[in-house]
Amino acid sequence: MKVMGQGEGRLFTDPDANRAREYFRGKSRALKSKLTTVSEAVAGLIRDGDYVAVGGFGTNRIPTALLHEIVRQRKKGLGLSGHTATHDFQILAAGGCINRCDVAYVVGLEARGLSRNSRRLFESGGLEVTEWTNAALAWRYRAAAMGVPFIPARTMLGTDTFRKSAAKEIECPYTGEKLVALPALYPDVALVHVHRADVYGNCQVDGIMVADQELTRAAKKVIVTCERLIPNDEIRKNPEKTAITYFTVDAVVEVPFGSYPGNMAGEYFSDEEHLREWLAAEENAEAFRAFLDKYIYGTKDFNEYLQLCGGLAKMQKLRALELLSVPKGGE
Amino acid sequence: MADRYNSMELMICLAARYLEDGSTVVVGTGAPCAAAMLAQKTCSPNLMVMFEAGGAGPILPSMPISVGDSRTFYKGLFAGSMAEIMDACQRGMVDYTFLGGAQIDPYGNINSTVIGEHARPKVRFPGSGGANDLASLCWRTMMITPQDAKRFVPKCDFVTSPGYLTGPGAREAAGLPPGTGPYKVITQLAVIGFDETTKRMKVEAMHPGVTREDVIKNTGFELLWADDVFVSAPPTEEELRILRDEVDPYRYIIGRG
Repeated sequence: MKVMGQGEGRLFTDPDANRAREYFRGKSRALKSKLTTVSEAVAGLIRDGDYVAVGGFGTNRIPTALLHEIVRQRKKGLGLSGHTATHDFQILAAGGCINRCDVAYVVGLEARGLSRNSRRLFESGGLEVTEWTNAALAWRYRAAAMGVPFIPARTMLGTDTFRKSAAKEIECPYTGEKLVALPALYPDVALVHVHRADVYGNCQVDGIMVADQELTRAAKKVIVTCERLIPNDEIRKNPEKTAITYFTVDAVVEVPFGSYPGNMAGEYFSDEEHLREWLAAEENAEAFRAFLDKYIYGTKDFNEYLQLCGGLAKMQKLRALELLSVPKGGE
Repeated sequence: MADRYNSMELMICLAARYLEDGSTVVVGTGAPCAAAMLAQKTCSPNLMVMFEAGGAGPILPSMPISVGDSRTFYKGLFAGSMAEIMDACQRGMVDYTFLGGAQIDPYGNINSTVIGEHARPKVRFPGSGGANDLASLCWRTMMITPQDAKRFVPKCDFVTSPGYLTGPGAREAAGLPPGTGPYKVITQLAVIGFDETTKRMKVEAMHPGVTREDVIKNTGFELLWADDVFVSAPPTEEELRILRDEVDPYRYIIGRG
């Protein structure tokens, strides 16, 4: 196949499908309980230097408890897939945990503004960056999930986004058209938060999947946190609801309100007040250190963080917001 | 400008009128989403509104804060994945999208990545997100953006998302799907289209009270002008009522006008 051009960026992960197959050959297929704790999952499955990818979408259905624990355990030198990584990127950047990033969307928190600390990381040259797009990363997961080394697409062409990527331009063997060849992305570890899972790791999700299905099939190891553990019988009653299959999953932890301060569809809305507090704390280095000490380093687990943020009363309020059951002006 | 409406309200109303009934549009948060909601409640009840994170066809109860929050598929037709929405764009099923950026050049190329050197930027912005994909794959790309000489530049520091690149034929030569590209740029001053021959920005309409000098002063490059530049039709009372009472009652977006 004719290669017509190539981006200058570094490819952080190996797209070789045969090497990935060798890894997956050795992965357990046993239907056994993978129930564990947040701290054990992070300590046991994430090594310094690993390349990690996070499910959900920035402040929606993100595995906050796992992200906090990565910071608390002071993991270093991680690579990150920045597929709309907003609050998730903000947390890992705050902990100084990442040194390289495939960027599609980072630094911003969408309509809420930009994270000053995350920007500093880029502007100080403290991060090695390869540029992509959201579709490119989602399709790169898909290629890995399919077990092929690349997938052709028609995005990124002709732009500096391509020039700073690690993609290649190829000639279509059928039509002769120029296409982009997106290399399969096999993360070392995927971190996802779902609505329900059984102890084996069969997962159900309400609402949008974002890229979680492709991502969990692409990753070598998968850590799942869930709002609720459910009996295996519940999974078997509605197998069409199984979004993630047990044999891709390595660890399962029940973490109620595990996406807080993010939104969890049908469960609770995002805590805009707390997200604003984060952004404001970043304006001052000393204040930000105190903020992180208070909420992450100084808490022993996610429940303590939830308590600090207002506990059950706050969660009930966010639930009312999510379910649109707050009377106008009752906020 | 009349006190009856502010510039954000005007831009949203103008944008909404371009979204014809029965078409598909991928939007982000903010003004584009407000325009899509307004279109649904006025000219285009069957407008299919899609969000890149996977939500499509919602009956939006309020303005989403994130393109992946639960409002984006509230009473929706579909709650799927990023890849499925982007597949639809790549397949040729999405008519419109709206983008914005820190810099835009005469060909409608957009920068939302960096100012300065890429490896050690003076300012780092979020990056493409889905913008490059949408600009590459949707049929018509629109922009709702403030216009000033710092944003409307002769050349972007970094081309995050493709407009007409370097001019006629450049998108096709790069391998982008034929027939796609920037369509309208809606600013607080004017509605700007793209010249058929040169693929450069061409002013089509100026808003009430705006002069050519105002537009020229706020553009960092030479604009083309249509032979029959017209005055934008201001928002109707009905559009303003729906925008203020139903689309954005808390003035999250229109409060910025």
